[in-house]
Amino acid sequence: MSTLEQMYQQVIMDHAREAHGRGLVEVTLPAHGESHQVNTTCGDEVTLRVGLEGDRIASLSWEGQGCSISQASVSALSELLDGESIATADDTVEAFRALMQSKGEHLDEEREDLLGDATAFVGVGKYPARIKCALLGWMAFRDALIQARSASEGGQQ
Amino acid sequence: MLRDLHDDFPILSRTVRNGKPLVYLDSAATSQKPSAVLEAESAFYREHNGAVARGAHLLAEEATEAFESARSDVARLVGASPEEIVWTSGATASINLVANGIGDASLGAGGEEAARFRIGPGDRIVVTEAEHHANLIPWQQLAARTGAELAWIPVDDDGRFDLDNLDTIVNGSTTVLAFSHAGNVTGIVADVAPLVARAREVGALTVLDACQSVPHLPVDVAQLGVDFMAFSGHKMLGPTGIGALWGRKELLDALPPSVFGGGAIAIVTMERTTWLEAPMRFEPGTQPVAQAVGMGAAARYLMDLGMDQVARHEARLAQIMREGVAELPGVRLLGPVGDPDRIDVLGLAAVAVDGVHAHDVGQVLDDLGVLARVGHHCAQPLHRRFGLTGSTRASAHVYTREDDARAFVEALATVRSFFGVHA
Ligand SMILES: Cc1ncc(COP(=O)(O)O)c(C=O)c1O
Repeated sequence: MSTLEQMYQQVIMDHAREAHGRGLVEVTLPAHGESHQVNTTCGDEVTLRVGLEGDRIASLSWEGQGCSISQASVSALSELLDGESIATADDTVEAFRALMQSKGEHLDEEREDLLGDATAFVGVGKYPARIKCALLGWMAFRDALIQARSASEGGQQ
Repeated sequence: MLRDLHDDFPILSRTVRNGKPLVYLDSAATSQKPSAVLEAESAFYREHNGAVARGAHLLAEEATEAFESARSDVARLVGASPEEIVWTSGATASINLVANGIGDASLGAGGEEAARFRIGPGDRIVVTEAEHHANLIPWQQLAARTGAELAWIPVDDDGRFDLDNLDTIVNGSTTVLAFSHAGNVTGIVADVAPLVARAREVGALTVLDACQSVPHLPVDVAQLGVDFMAFSGHKMLGPTGIGALWGRKELLDALPPSVFGGGAIAIVTMERTTWLEAPMRFEPGTQPVAQAVGMGAAARYLMDLGMDQVARHEARLAQIMREGVAELPGVRLLGPVGDPDRIDVLGLAAVAVDGVHAHDVGQVLDDLGVLARVGHHCAQPLHRRFGLTGSTRASAHVYTREDDARAFVEALATVRSFFGVHA
């Protein structure tokens, strides 16, 4: 496989073509957050919304437009984390960031298990210019999650 | 015809990903440098380096001579006189110099001689929808600072300036008309004459962004008839960090400087300062001397080739790229195909590929050793006008071979099947 094919693995192409969680869903849960992220080099954008029920991600949806890497990445995130616990989500986000910084090397088994399909993005780490694309949705998720948490903490007071 | 210039450009012999030969097609972003430029810069440091226009020792004299003769070379390239060439850090700085000068004059700087530049509420600044952000944002900011209004000339579906309503857009309140000589996305070479004629009719200053024309076409300021013109060294085979502003001498002598310091002044007391004439008034502080020397060498290199020859060479490359991509299914060329005999487009081609994002297109090209630019190329409004957020652009220069131009078309032809998109 060429490095190009390593980056555009079939899993990624599939996610790009048939994205998960696309289409913003209205969240009535009090603990919710939304984040809009733009990749300033290309104008790609993602708006991502989460709703929490206790410590579980009960709703995760997004809208966006951009390159196959950015769109597939947020799709993979959505498939992985919708319904998960906040703790697992935090670990998964950290693992994905580590994967992006690994310069194309695989991570340990534990973190790759956590990442599931998203492990396929390993090839992106070899292309510094594309790491931002892959991280776009993950940044939106992290930001939306912070907001949802502070909304839920506010609600408990 | 130009001879093959590959051997003049050391970087072109390197290889890229997977050991592939380099096909460099991002010259509109920045050009590669010939040995003549690299050596001029290095020789300056090795043999002549000294403080310019400060002191009387031998090296100071030699450095000043090198700096000023570079200015003459750059002036000669665009048909100007040396005292009308101001060194800047690039086209962006050149345009900002004019916009800031007008803004400061509007606040009273520069006294009576700068009164001709004053603008305010009720006045109008006109740009076009096709501008690079460097020739848009400074004018937006100037309008915001002074209360003047910003208006723009729209473009048609091909990206050409739409001059149907020129007389109502460039109206009697217009004080500045800023536009590009050649488009960095469409490659269109503008017909400057009707714009200059209209600006003159209403007494507006014309500011030409010649960043993409000076490196590729014969440019003569007298023929163009504009008042100011901006261009960059690094796009015309010269170093980064250096560029030029050309302006009519009487305008440059009246425009107040916005950056202050040593070397630009006539008399300084503790209370006030009087400026030197242009260009010195705009060159305070230690200048990028070696870069200026490099830009002078680049100007000489281009003049030795002959700008007519350069333009013809690139017209041929334009034809290969533009006609080639226009025939590919699912590929949209931004701008017209152009007519090589009239040299109405630059040697570049920006395309949108149906169903494939520009970043993904660029990645496939990169893998084939074809280095093109992806994104909005600092022209968001123009891409929005085309209904796009970005495009993939291949752009040529004197060293680009016909095979390079063909490699772009061939690489582009593989993109849709790589991503499984079919017509
Ligand atoms: C048409 C045009 N104007 C202005 C600029 C800005 O030039 P620089 O970045 O050298 O200041 C560019 C460069 O991208 C350009 O293509």
